[in-house]
Amino acid sequence: MPENSPPQKCSVAIVGGGTSGLALATELTRLGVKDVVILERENTAGGVPRHCGHHGFGIREFKRLMTGPDYARALVKKAKMAGVGICTSVTVTALHPGGRLSLSKPDGSAELQADRVVLCTGVRESSRAQRLIGGQRPQGVLSTGALQSMAYLQGKRPFRRPVILGTELVSFSAIMTCRHLGIKPVAMLEENSRVTVRQIMRPYPALMGVPVVFGASDVRVIGGHQVEAVDFLDKAGTRQMIAADGVIVSGDFRPESALLRMSHIDVDPASCGPSIDQYGRCSDPAYFCTGNLLRPVETSAWCWREAVETAARVALDLQARNDSSAPSVPLSLAHPALKLVVPQRLTDSANAGAMTQMQIRLQHPYKGTLIARSGNETLWRKHINSRPERRILAPLPHSESGAPIELTLT
Amino acid sequence: MSPQPDSPDIYDIAIIGAGVVGCALARRFVLDGARVVVIEKAAEVLDGASKANSAILHTGFDAPTGSLEQKCVAAGYQEYLDIHESLGLPILRSGAIVLAWDEDQAAKLDGLIAKAHDNGVHDAVRLTRDEILEREPHLSPDLKGGFLVPGEFLIDPWSTAHAYILHALANGATLLRGTEVLSGSFANQMWRLSTTNGPVEARQVVTSAGLYGDIVDERLLGKAAFTIHPRKGQFVVFDKPAAELAESIILPVPSATTKGIVVCRTIFGNLLVGPTAEEQDSRIDSSTEAQMLADLCAKGTEMLPALESCEIAATYAGLRPATAFTDYQIKHHTLQNYTSVGGIRSTGLSAALGIARHVASLIPNLKQVPINNPIIPEPIRLSNYQERDWETAGNGGIVCHCELVTKREIEAALTGPMPPTTLQGLKRRTRVCMGRCQGFYCTGPLATLTEGRLDPPIGGTDAGK
Repeated sequence: MPENSPPQKCSVAIVGGGTSGLALATELTRLGVKDVVILERENTAGGVPRHCGHHGFGIREFKRLMTGPDYARALVKKAKMAGVGICTSVTVTALHPGGRLSLSKPDGSAELQADRVVLCTGVRESSRAQRLIGGQRPQGVLSTGALQSMAYLQGKRPFRRPVILGTELVSFSAIMTCRHLGIKPVAMLEENSRVTVRQIMRPYPALMGVPVVFGASDVRVIGGHQVEAVDFLDKAGTRQMIAADGVIVSGDFRPESALLRMSHIDVDPASCGPSIDQYGRCSDPAYFCTGNLLRPVETSAWCWREAVETAARVALDLQARNDSSAPSVPLSLAHPALKLVVPQRLTDSANAGAMTQMQIRLQHPYKGTLIARSGNETLWRKHINSRPERRILAPLPHSESGAPIELTLT
Repeated sequence: MSPQPDSPDIYDIAIIGAGVVGCALARRFVLDGARVVVIEKAAEVLDGASKANSAILHTGFDAPTGSLEQKCVAAGYQEYLDIHESLGLPILRSGAIVLAWDEDQAAKLDGLIAKAHDNGVHDAVRLTRDEILEREPHLSPDLKGGFLVPGEFLIDPWSTAHAYILHALANGATLLRGTEVLSGSFANQMWRLSTTNGPVEARQVVTSAGLYGDIVDERLLGKAAFTIHPRKGQFVVFDKPAAELAESIILPVPSATTKGIVVCRTIFGNLLVGPTAEEQDSRIDSSTEAQMLADLCAKGTEMLPALESCEIAATYAGLRPATAFTDYQIKHHTLQNYTSVGGIRSTGLSAALGIARHVASLIPNLKQVPINNPIIPEPIRLSNYQERDWETAGNGGIVCHCELVTKREIEAALTGPMPPTTLQGLKRRTRVCMGRCQGFYCTGPLATLTEGRLDPPIGGTDAGK
């Protein structure tokens, strides 16, 4: 049920009450910032972990192994105890310059003016449409998130013999959700020649008795009212069919960025999140961003820590009133294998609390040397042997020269 | 779902097929004072050709001059403008620009403008390349020229037909969904139809069976004057931020078989690219193909380069009931009290009201008295360009975050005069699950909200642990 109606003014408004938003709000309040408000569109705060009924949360934050829902409840409790205002069933419908927000609530629309806004809208899995998966349009094609919401929050079992598309960590989470429902996926289909998750998880599907098919491309969904089968081209280019009554379209996370894209704030086409500086500030300095909206996709533990650090920067910014017109220097990518870098630009200011590391992701697997240059000067070189789903951390240089910084690979 | 026991069992008109044309026919005959039954094979209205189109209200500027299609599109267009406010139907006065991308196409522009003028679309006017780029700065500068058709508008493809059938139902029509006509006999000026839901008796039969038009004619008349050749059209819908890339409807110079790939906003605030035109035998298989969808994205990006960084919200395909003829196939069989309305291809949404008036004029002996002060159904407000329910008090909170669909809207659809029987039906009535997340967020809560209402249920037929 909706809690707390949003005020008309506050010091910090946080858009999204998932791990990042809750951790950020709690830390801001601990740092002495008053009037911190979380705007959560669901009727309960907690975000994606609410859907993940399995274990794997909380080690860093609460020093114990927790299920997603327990972890989400613990984050909410901690935020409330700290004095954070959590407004649920409140949807932010537009971002305006200077921290003014349009809202929709069950009793109509409203506005909120905040000194600072922090965007914590997180990620979701790519849909079937976004992956251009062809075929018919029967019922029973779900993302892992939708399946988990049905299984753990609504007590529903939408199918019994699904095929899982993808082999990311969340795809394994889908197997666990199926186990919870007492059902077994008939297969996992992976377009590449190996599973995406790290080495340690690889035996899991075999242990669960779920065959993994590699090199499966051009997947099509078949069925009238309900899914009847999935077909695909195998490694040899022959079309194969697997009977199934559901499809779990898992992973391939993307930032939940529609609100951002329809606003005045600059979006980085590479990350699909906002373009931020080393303080987490967006192009409109009243707006900050933290968490998975910055880039797909990190664990809750990572987002929690990132949010705690962002909170310190927002708190400092509220005191210091940093010069918003300070010019910034872009961090650009000069090699096709480089997918994204966060932050995207450096503001030429010597304030405390700046990030010390940049996060880099690859377009495809690469082994070689990552180089940061500024003009003719090489700032650093770093050997990498990495894959798209892994983060690469590298030192964030100061831009004293004011010259643009370029990342490349050799 | 059967005729009410206290009413006479004989209808004046039985309409077979509840696509947009059937819905418009029902409304027309009811307003003209007839007792109408609409018989639909599918569990839901708009489940065939009408479920997927480009949602444009066409002027008919490019239809063959003097054709029945051109006449019905022009009449349908005018009636839509006349009634849309009273039925609460939205209209987005976007205008269209027909673009030439090479010299061959550019050479056809003046002929097309002359044809538009012949078709009564007198405001069609040539634009220079610079004028076009000024209006549409996101278009690729590769374009060669074009012309403006100010009267081409965007409408809501589903609420439009829903409003027609709801208008008919509010004023006494009967709708039989999930009811297939199996056979029929005509004797003593009376049709007796045998359906999967029992017999139905009516003085006149009008068929608007779309993809099954020839099959229904064969079942009832013993022969059909046309054969349906389904023509598939695939579409890609880009998410709302892409809508700012094109103010006007962007049309290509049409070919002999198709209007070609259109790029336009939707009334729901997305941007659509499509359709393809693919001949096939199946009347039900509206599969999409990854390669075709990728080609559509590429085609869209060629015209609007900024589309490259835009997110896809949805993909779909529709089937148009084409025939070997270019024109509509509408024929009244006087001796059998039977009117066949077939071959309504791409322009059905624009022409439906005009087709209904045309068909009504073909049936001579109805002698009904138009009803006074017909009841107007509750309007359906899904346009992104008007006030939506989420902006008003008491909406119950937003359930579908992408399309901002409220709990109150979903409950209104579920308890309304024509409640949805399938998830597809609920989607068309409310737009729930139609957005960028394709159900990532709302499927779970929606499964609970719709418990016991939809077949198949969203949450499966058995409960989990």
